[in-house]
Amino acid sequence: MLNSLGREIPEYIEGIGTLEPFQGALTKLRKGWMDEPTIPAPNKAYLPHQSKLCKTLEEAIIRSNPHNGMTVSFHHHLRNGDILLVQTLTILHNMGIRDITLASSSLNECHDPILPYLQDQTVTRIFSSGIRSELGKAISMGVLDTPVVIHSHGGRVRCIHTGKIQIDLAVIPASAADCEGNATGSHGKSAFGSIGYAVIDARYAKQVIVVTDNLVDFPCIPLSISQNFIDHVVLVDSIGDASRIATGTTRITNSPMDLRIAKLAADVIEHSGFFVPGFAFQVGAGGASLAVAKFIREKMKRSGLKGSFMLGGITSYCVDMLNEGLFETIFDVQSFDAVVSNSLLNNRHHIEIPAALYANPFNCGCITNKIDVVVLGALEIDVDFNVNVITGSEGRIRGASGGHSDTASGAKLTVVVCPSFRGRIPIIKKRVHTIVTPGETVHVLVTERGICVNPAFKELEANLRNAGLNIKNIRDLEIEVDKITGIPAPLEYTDKIVGIVEYRDGTIIDVIHQLREREV
Amino acid sequence: MKTFRNRRTMLYIPGNNPAMIQQGGIYGADSILLDLEDAVALNQKDAARTLVRNMIRVTDFYDAEVCVRINHLSTPFGLADLEEIVPLQPSALRYPKTESAEEVAELLAIIEKIEDKHHLPHDRMTLHAMIETAMGVQNVFSIASKFSRIDAITIGGQDLTADMNIVYTADGAGIDFARKRIVMAAKASHIDVIDTVFPDVNDEEGLRKETEYAKRIGFTGKAVINPRQIDVVHDVFSPTEEEIRKAYRIVKEFRTNSKAGIGVFAIDGKMVDAPIVARAEYLLRLANVIIE
Amino acid sequence: MKPITPAQSGTFESSDVIVLIEPMPKNSGRKIEISSTVMQQFGASFQQIVSDMLDQYDMTDIHLIAKDKGALEPTIKARLETAIKRSLGQQEGTL
Repeated sequence: MLNSLGREIPEYIEGIGTLEPFQGALTKLRKGWMDEPTIPAPNKAYLPHQSKLCKTLEEAIIRSNPHNGMTVSFHHHLRNGDILLVQTLTILHNMGIRDITLASSSLNECHDPILPYLQDQTVTRIFSSGIRSELGKAISMGVLDTPVVIHSHGGRVRCIHTGKIQIDLAVIPASAADCEGNATGSHGKSAFGSIGYAVIDARYAKQVIVVTDNLVDFPCIPLSISQNFIDHVVLVDSIGDASRIATGTTRITNSPMDLRIAKLAADVIEHSGFFVPGFAFQVGAGGASLAVAKFIREKMKRSGLKGSFMLGGITSYCVDMLNEGLFETIFDVQSFDAVVSNSLLNNRHHIEIPAALYANPFNCGCITNKIDVVVLGALEIDVDFNVNVITGSEGRIRGASGGHSDTASGAKLTVVVCPSFRGRIPIIKKRVHTIVTPGETVHVLVTERGICVNPAFKELEANLRNAGLNIKNIRDLEIEVDKITGIPAPLEYTDKIVGIVEYRDGTIIDVIHQLREREV
Repeated sequence: MKTFRNRRTMLYIPGNNPAMIQQGGIYGADSILLDLEDAVALNQKDAARTLVRNMIRVTDFYDAEVCVRINHLSTPFGLADLEEIVPLQPSALRYPKTESAEEVAELLAIIEKIEDKHHLPHDRMTLHAMIETAMGVQNVFSIASKFSRIDAITIGGQDLTADMNIVYTADGAGIDFARKRIVMAAKASHIDVIDTVFPDVNDEEGLRKETEYAKRIGFTGKAVINPRQIDVVHDVFSPTEEEIRKAYRIVKEFRTNSKAGIGVFAIDGKMVDAPIVARAEYLLRLANVIIE
Repeated sequence: MKPITPAQSGTFESSDVIVLIEPMPKNSGRKIEISSTVMQQFGASFQQIVSDMLDQYDMTDIHLIAKDKGALEPTIKARLETAIKRSLGQQEGTL
């Protein structure tokens, strides 16, 4: 069957179930409720003064009823410094556990060592918001029989509520925890800031292990994760490589190209009609996206305009803007550097929020719904403004859905920033390889060679034209870029589906086919 | 033959760097300067020449004026550069270490010969003379004034201090006389005059100060070595909104009054005469404001 | 034309290509090795550019290695031309 974006979606996939095709960004939400029943969270009982402490991670896992076919979940707040996911799967593998469903909120390069466990069917299914590096490559080439499911940060919460992901064991690394499992990421030698993505895992997993390298006296404050959901606590030497968990501060890019794009994007925001007192703002942590914050900060200082809140993945740059009084509040679901942890711990206007409050579409209002302006990146964008942030130009899974579609759907102004081509590959396509974020939720594309406004937003286009910005039709820009790069030969795929991309409401927006690499 | 061009910034791009050349047009510099001279290693001169030739043929540099800095004719590369680049007719050639009018005459003769061979006119591509030796500074007026093809001169600070055997300092003390002499020669010849580069790309404040100084003493633009420097230089050289509004009023009033046969009039109690009108017209051209 | 000396052009930088040419004995034919970061998308077009260029200079007995990091067509052609002319002794450059 075709979804509303013209992508062929199978009705049923073995190991996944029946699929519902995407029908529009807000179609399912208009009802006001979710049809799928919410499964209950487990109820548990502990005796007074019973100890949760285990000597090793292995002991905690053994106490957690490991079994074939189990689902194991992790959070990705330790980014590329995480070591516990690999350790946990190695322990399970050595115990002979098979057919595991891996449900990590995201997967990074540091998780490449689990590839042999995919090959030997220790792990047979994966739910994640992102997959990169060797894992992404192997999955794209078809290492798993069951397609991986790519969800958004908000969509993951819904997946857990509806039982699509039923977590048997959640392993939650924390940079500080007490003997009862009260835990946080906001202090300790391995501090990583907000632990927002793990809150839902703690609430719903049948067994929850908190792992820390910093066991503090009871109670561990703040109670980012609270003891009433925690089964076991383990003290280990290290939860990860601190140098990769969080660097000191985030630096604004020096790349002239990224700065150019960022400046144009800031001009777009300034003249969009949404750069008004009390506006709410979100930017990503990478390249051009973060650099937009630099220019917006200058514009705010010059004009004296003050915003309401910043949201999302938080960098030291956001903290600076909070401290300068440019924004009132930060809602922090994920922190990108060490300075952010400090602010989160000490500034009451810097608020740690769980993924559900951040972006789950099925509640009484996630904070993404209140965004005015969001700046997002793209691996590819097409002439209908559909954005791909999951598969690269070579057709492999190598990115993350993350909060891309969540924030785009909520924002009044979604600005996508990216170069018009990278390494000779045009980024603007007639049709993106994989849709993650539907074009109806993307307002403007900003590239170094021009600004393209989604034709659905006429007033916005008029505002930007009146400001004298270099507006181009996206179809013209696509042709212009093709002329520079030449037209790349199309990639080849087999019929086998290796990944399905869920939209935040649980419908299927696209599928990813197995890549056929040909000899050239 | 001279048409008005904004030359607030001239962005140097190393001629052997394809990544930078292919993006040359996106930064909004008024001019881009593909460099075959100092930015290219001696053993890559041939490669850069071929690369620049190929890139100029197909690359869209958008609104930027495209100039090529060739090697001096006294080097083994100068003539080959001319033979490869002149047929492409970029907006301008920039000639380094110009020292005398005789030298320019010799250069122009070679250029015209190549143009004749390719059936090209002699008045399309212009020439920018770089003044970066003591001798050049002493001869700058004859260089600037004698040739209709020279429509800009420019000072090269680092080479000049080297030639003077002094250290280049951030305060520009050693080249201050040269700067002012070159500006005066340009003004007397009614051509553009472009200031030397500011070498520290991370010092935005320093760049702004030096650019403001250059503007105050009469430069019409400044060479930049990194795209990140463009916005600051444009900011300094562009008239403010207030200046534009005032210039607009002056020119508008002037036109109304001159129709009525009045030459001198007052705005806000201040006398407006021909030089003030000329300055106002210049500002409006800089700001791309057209009065019907 | 017959190359008289090994020659090289280009760099390993992004958007550039490095080209190496080695003269081969008469009647040994062309041996062309191309690797590229965009092999899947532009490998075939790269091959074509190389053959056309070698035809243009009538070079038959040659070993050519190209390592590409996403160079655009004018860059590829410039680097090939430079390497060829250097190998023919018409231009001087590195190696």
